Amino acid sequence: MAKVLMKGNEAIGEGAVRAGCRYFFGYPITPQSELPHYLAKRMPEVGGLYLQSESETAAANMVFGAAGAGARVMTSSSGPGISLMQEGISYIAGAELPCVIVNMIRGGPGLGNIAPAQSDYFQAVKGGGHGDYRVICLAPASVQEIIDLMQDAFDLADKYRNPVMLLADGVLGQMMEPVELGEEKFVQPPEKPWAATGRKKGGPKRLINSLYIVPEECEQHNLKLAKKYAVISREEQRWEEYHLDDARLVIVAFGTSARVCKAVVDRARDEGMAVGLLRPITVWPYPTGVIKRIREKVDRFLVVEMNMGQMIEDVRLAVEGARPVHFYGRAGGMMPVARDIFNEVKKLYNGGAEQ
Amino acid sequence: MKKVFTRPESLKDIPFHYCPGCTHGIVHRLVAEVIDEMDMYERALGVAPVGCSVFIYNYMDFDMYQAAHGRAPAVATGIKRVLPDRLVFTYQGDGDAAAIGTGELVHAAARGEKITVIFINNAVYAMTGGQMAPTTLLGQKTTTTPAGRDAGINGMPVKVCEMLAPLDGSAYLARVSVHNPKNIVAAKKAIRKAFDIQMRGDGFTLVEVLSSCPTNWGLSPLEALKWLEQNMIPYYPLGEYKTPAEVGK
Repeated sequence: MAKVLMKGNEAIGEGAVRAGCRYFFGYPITPQSELPHYLAKRMPEVGGLYLQSESETAAANMVFGAAGAGARVMTSSSGPGISLMQEGISYIAGAELPCVIVNMIRGGPGLGNIAPAQSDYFQAVKGGGHGDYRVICLAPASVQEIIDLMQDAFDLADKYRNPVMLLADGVLGQMMEPVELGEEKFVQPPEKPWAATGRKKGGPKRLINSLYIVPEECEQHNLKLAKKYAVISREEQRWEEYHLDDARLVIVAFGTSARVCKAVVDRARDEGMAVGLLRPITVWPYPTGVIKRIREKVDRFLVVEMNMGQMIEDVRLAVEGARPVHFYGRAGGMMPVARDIFNEVKKLYNGGAEQ
Repeated sequence: MKKVFTRPESLKDIPFHYCPGCTHGIVHRLVAEVIDEMDMYERALGVAPVGCSVFIYNYMDFDMYQAAHGRAPAVATGIKRVLPDRLVFTYQGDGDAAAIGTGELVHAAARGEKITVIFINNAVYAMTGGQMAPTTLLGQKTTTTPAGRDAGINGMPVKVCEMLAPLDGSAYLARVSVHNPKNIVAAKKAIRKAFDIQMRGDGFTLVEVLSSCPTNWGLSPLEALKWLEQNMIPYYPLGEYKTPAEVGK
């Protein structure tokens, strides 16, 4: 099939429609605007609904209602709006509802700016809202990968009855790349007998709920969730390896910063340095397995992020002190430049200062 | 012998947890009776609030949802947009609907969302310990207005029906009371009318029910009903504030 040229934000929308999503609730914010624009046009074409909410708080709760009613549903926003959605996301996780949330991360904290960043990593993978819960987090690095991951995002959400977050940034959202869309096929979302759609007389009562007023029952609920999260951690780690086999120095980066780091690896290889790249595709669950597997074979790790050092904590947890883990980051909406990362790599590769 | 009075099928046969004299039980029953009479048990979906009446999800026998504080109209929006032929209602107190959830309430009405809000106005935050609500009357003593509500500090009580009436999306708005049998009958009629209008697809519907909270008002159940009649009704006049005939005028 012929390739088409698409913006990342539009690819999210098309990927969602192709995955059978028919409901979008959201509130305007930069830099994800092309996504709602696309879906406002596209949803009616497939009998779906695009509804603009009065706030991100309301959007997340509309998603709660639609997901509880059994729909494939999504919302999208950026940092400040995602902060407002955290209440709803906690309730969605507590009530075990499937949905997809897109965060086109921008510079922060506060109003920050609208430039690309990865500074919502902690918020996405360490909680964000209140209570003990996890959100499956996917971090694409190309427009094609966005298309492919949208189907997976909805499937994972339904499989585990859990919110799934797509973490990207303005660069991925705005850039155009040729993508293979594949054949459009009708996707029948799975049966959801737990959805509250109206109780048949004599049938089971369905309750979409996150309240467990008795502490013993709430603990049981938390244990049940923890068990589910353990299965996800074991089964769903995804990553890409680039020249890892013989690497002495391994760069760890996700999303847009991983694209820059790939160029750095190529240049380092040209200059005879055994440098590789590990790109997590799921940032929760974090691909700790591969790091544990390779950590004894490499000299050191370099984590590159568009923030002041967040994912590095997960890398260090997986390395468990076996090797030094260094950091290079740009923040506030600034992009890491390949030349600067390369200089960092060169310094470290030649036995640079221990940190 | 013919049975003339029985528990509605939509209301589960379990004891209420409410305090003596609380009117939540009456309103729960009215909602359940109307759903039975409309034969909507299999198509009814209720959204519980945060507050004393959160456990309405246990008392109603049909499928239910529990929403975050104030967000019930947004949750109901999501449900109704996915399942447009269902009867979708929220049950919310005054803190839930008129303070933390004002945005969700106003915009559900503005969109003409085809849902019904059962809005319980008892002029106080009850579950958290009797604090001032947006609907607390001037001079009314609460745990956070020990000298009585002062307009200079707290502003004036919020009149929800009057606030929503100018919005073109609201199709039916009524204020009723449950302080005596005559008014309970009228309250049931208003709930039936709201549900009928919702199912006709005319727009947003809300029934505000003036209710008593003897525990937090520091009154006996009977005194509380008298206090409601003498103090709340003059400030919150009963009646229909919007009916479908007015929509689009």
